[in-house]
Amino acid sequence: MSAPLLSLRGVCKSFGGVVANHDVSLSVPEGGIVGLIGPNGSGKSTIFNLICGTHPVDSGEIVFRGENITAKTTAEIARGGLVRAFQQTRVYKQMKCLDNMRISAPPQGSWFARPAEESAEEARRLLGFVGLAEKENWRAGELSFGQQKLLELAMALTAKPKLLLLDEPTAGINPTLINGVMARLRAVNEEFGVTLLVIEHNMRVIMNLARNIFCLARGEVLAEGAPAQIQNDKRVIDAYLGG
Amino acid sequence: MRRGRLELFALVGVAVAAPFLLPEYKAQLSFLWLFVLFALTWDLQGGQMGYNSFGNVVFFGIGMYASTAVQIALFFNLGEWTEAGGEQTFTHTPAQYFAGFAAGIFASALLPAAAALALGSFILSMRGQYFAICTLGFGIAVGEIAASADILGAGSGMSVPVWPEESGGLAARDLALYSLCALAALFCFIAMRELHKTKFGLALNAIRDDEDKAEAMGLPVTWCKVRSWTVSAFFLGIAGALAGHIIGFIDPTEVAFAGATFGVWMVLMAVLGGKGTLWGPIIGAALFQFFKEFFWTYFLGWQYVMLGLLIVVSVVFFPDGVVGFWRARRAGQAERGL
Repeated sequence: MSAPLLSLRGVCKSFGGVVANHDVSLSVPEGGIVGLIGPNGSGKSTIFNLICGTHPVDSGEIVFRGENITAKTTAEIARGGLVRAFQQTRVYKQMKCLDNMRISAPPQGSWFARPAEESAEEARRLLGFVGLAEKENWRAGELSFGQQKLLELAMALTAKPKLLLLDEPTAGINPTLINGVMARLRAVNEEFGVTLLVIEHNMRVIMNLARNIFCLARGEVLAEGAPAQIQNDKRVIDAYLGG
Repeated sequence: MRRGRLELFALVGVAVAAPFLLPEYKAQLSFLWLFVLFALTWDLQGGQMGYNSFGNVVFFGIGMYASTAVQIALFFNLGEWTEAGGEQTFTHTPAQYFAGFAAGIFASALLPAAAALALGSFILSMRGQYFAICTLGFGIAVGEIAASADILGAGSGMSVPVWPEESGGLAARDLALYSLCALAALFCFIAMRELHKTKFGLALNAIRDDEDKAEAMGLPVTWCKVRSWTVSAFFLGIAGALAGHIIGFIDPTEVAFAGATFGVWMVLMAVLGGKGTLWGPIIGAALFQFFKEFFWTYFLGWQYVMLGLLIVVSVVFFPDGVVGFWRARRAGQAERGL
């Protein structure tokens, strides 16, 4: 088996006396869709913050594309191809959707040059992919919450990531639109070749989407396996899913 | 003709016509162009990048001191000059004066830019009100340092070399300084307009809207913030040099590092006209200079009260400035199908 795209080995993180993550080891294979589930406060978002370099780890190491990224800064990690979308959707609200996209593209040439015309075409293509082609001249803050989430996804794709971390991509989205989001995430994975690591509370979504799932509880990995295995795991049912 | 070029021609037209239409007001008009430069450079942080700086006046002050010190020190002993105070013991020949003038402008652009580059990554690591307070303290501290540096004349300040009699006297001096102020402001306008269109301009807007997001997307946010301050410092330094020549005397805290006047005015002008827009700062500077001169002429003694009233009215009734108000009105009309 080839080396995983991302792997965490024995990662620990405490905030004061509160242990957020203890000895977390997990791996994400290239091209896969991996789910991360667990009760509130089990340390899922902290894991994302550690992977992205938002918080330094206390111990353990994080390896991405064969390189140890444990001590790198957020921006360096992002430029290396590991991009996240936030739980509380974050877009540049006063900027036009098209400019949101253009500034998210990997920088080429001088910063003091105008953005290349191709970047606008690429931006329009991806806005079309998430169904926001008509809104390119709207300010991002004028979009609905669900549309902002889609814009954030498109922005992340513009950055041409290898691995995309998604923190609850369907939270707060109208149930009738959730299938659309799922279809798009599958397309992101299959057509764009982006590996996904997804935190999700909606069990129907994650069980359909992910091929492999890690369940966290109290900051530790409780179980790992295919969706069917996880759904029937006694420990997971006790700690999270309920009987 | 393209709209951008039309706008530029309009500004150049105003710059050329103004001293002939209002010949008695050359000094005020010179300051008007410096105010345009103040507001445009302040807006690069306050409007475009979302960093409300109260310390940009520092670069203005450094530029003023640097220009004058270089102009003097090239030909005389700077310490003896400042010690002599207002006494006219030293006189530049015209050749010395103009060579020193040019070298001084050069220094006034580079030194503040270098200062911004050196201090930027530390000061700009603070955000929101912490950044604002820090820059306020920064301005006061640098002013106090200048006021205690003997070589710069300490608290009694520094006189600026006098325009040589042989070179056309006061009339030539006023016109030359006016032209340089207008040129500096126009050059600054073009630079800002071009910057706003670049990826750098987009990156500053991204930092304003959500700096953490920008960082998570891989933008070099610190690099961008420091460069933005450096650009502002470059132009503000030149403005400081020219203002020193117009005023003719540098007081450390009342003229050079005048946080309570120039330092706050540059914020007011940008807010009055409309933060985060290209034309807002220009319109704000023009309105501000008009009202300031008006109040100083007709409400002398109450001028600061009137200025305060103007600020209150503009913040309460036009929170987005003149340009923001106008845009909202146009958007409203468009919605109603007018």
